[in-house]
Amino acid sequence: MTDSSNGAEESSSGSRRGFGMRATPKGTDDEQDSAAEESAAEESAAAEGDDDVLSPDARVDLTEVRREAGVDDVLAVLDRELVGLAPVKARIAELSALLLVDRTRSRFGIAVPQPNLHMCFTGSPGTGKTTVALRMADLLRQLGYLRRGHLVTVTRDDLVGQYVGHTAPKTKEVVKRAMGGVLFIDEAYYLYREDNERDYGQESIEILLQVMESNRDDLVVILAGYADRMNDFFRANPGMSSRIAHHITFPDFSVPELEEIGLLMAEELGYRFSDEARETLSEYLKRRVEQPWFAGARSVRNAVERARLRQARRLLEQDDPKVGRDELMTFERADLKGSRVFSGGARAVADEGPQSAEDHAEGSLD
Amino acid sequence: MRITQGTFSYLPDFTDDEISAQIQYCIDQDWPLSVEFTDDPHPRNTYWEMWGLPMFDLKDAAGVLMEVNACRKAQPDHYIKLNAYDATLGRQTTMLSFIVQRPQHEPGFRLDRQEVSDRRIRYTAHSYATERPVGERYARS
Repeated sequence: MTDSSNGAEESSSGSRRGFGMRATPKGTDDEQDSAAEESAAEESAAAEGDDDVLSPDARVDLTEVRREAGVDDVLAVLDRELVGLAPVKARIAELSALLLVDRTRSRFGIAVPQPNLHMCFTGSPGTGKTTVALRMADLLRQLGYLRRGHLVTVTRDDLVGQYVGHTAPKTKEVVKRAMGGVLFIDEAYYLYREDNERDYGQESIEILLQVMESNRDDLVVILAGYADRMNDFFRANPGMSSRIAHHITFPDFSVPELEEIGLLMAEELGYRFSDEARETLSEYLKRRVEQPWFAGARSVRNAVERARLRQARRLLEQDDPKVGRDELMTFERADLKGSRVFSGGARAVADEGPQSAEDHAEGSLD
Repeated sequence: MRITQGTFSYLPDFTDDEISAQIQYCIDQDWPLSVEFTDDPHPRNTYWEMWGLPMFDLKDAAGVLMEVNACRKAQPDHYIKLNAYDATLGRQTTMLSFIVQRPQHEPGFRLDRQEVSDRRIRYTAHSYATERPVGERYARS
């Protein structure tokens, strides 16, 4: 008795406190939380809280709505920080347009159903699938589609159990953790194993399907993987394909785009390229793209990392031991020229033996 | 007789939105939540059945509410409560516990007096519901 009566006594004060803060009309609570952080959400709360519906013949200025929602800022940041990826940006622009239209519709009292936002990202390695997924979570929160906007990244291991009855709780737990945010399933095609029909992956897929249908406004599922294997996956699971509204293909980066990515990455690390080094970078990328184990932006990142190593060694070994801020921050031509890509490329590397094979596994032919 | 155990039990039953708001409060405080159910709501019965494991690392109330609804579906005539536990050092205790479902008909308790030596009296709270076997106690007839 003591236990529960204590609880009851404490609770009466606790509940009053709790209610003082929480005694809001239903549904506004989540909006309050996000509103504190984000003005866009605030707008939506205000719009929804507004009881007076516009008359059917009223006119609404969409540019005004657009400015209020702050959608343009979000899109501008995206455009600045992600190089290329035109189809992705186009889809995000469409989503934000839909948000604005939906918001305006609700002001006229028209029903606003939650759109289906589940996505599938396909593309070669290093085309930015994971990076975009990270951004997407944050973006969808800013646009007001998600309540929390966190990203839960999982692979087959996190979803599929090891024995009968293990899979369902495991998948459900992951789903619960992802509620209010994005569930990002990397290499999703591993969930389905064609050669083993008793594989537990199927059970996991069924639970995901059910959640994608019934908890549409609670979480967004993003599948990612290489295009050909994802196609096989969807062929085997047509239900999954039809529940995903957005199939986005990530195009391979062109050499100028890769160069721009390289410059951005170096800038983030506090480096810059000298004019000569920039030319060398472009030349390097042109050669690197042709060679095996090229992994898009990931290869660029590795190239920048190797250049850092070479630059450090060059600075230590140079005749004049005094260095200034500029030298410490600048990549010279030699830092990139040292790469094996310039000295014979793939074949030379392949001949070098097991040591270099290890390098390949890391996708770092640099 | 309406059972008043745990927080909020003197208030009208919460709607799902109100429950969600409470859950979100707990999550924001970093308290993991767990769902428990029983058909023996004797005040001294502190060990209710666990509906799955406590839920850690959640960010949003929807996940917990999903489990509450799953439990409601499986145990429509049981009491269901939500517990929120504070694991920080120095606390390590249940911070919030409230009933989220109760059976339609609650027969309540009877006070038994047992006369023992020297005219002393021992008291027992007897739950009418426990007169029927487990699983049938609150079944709708």
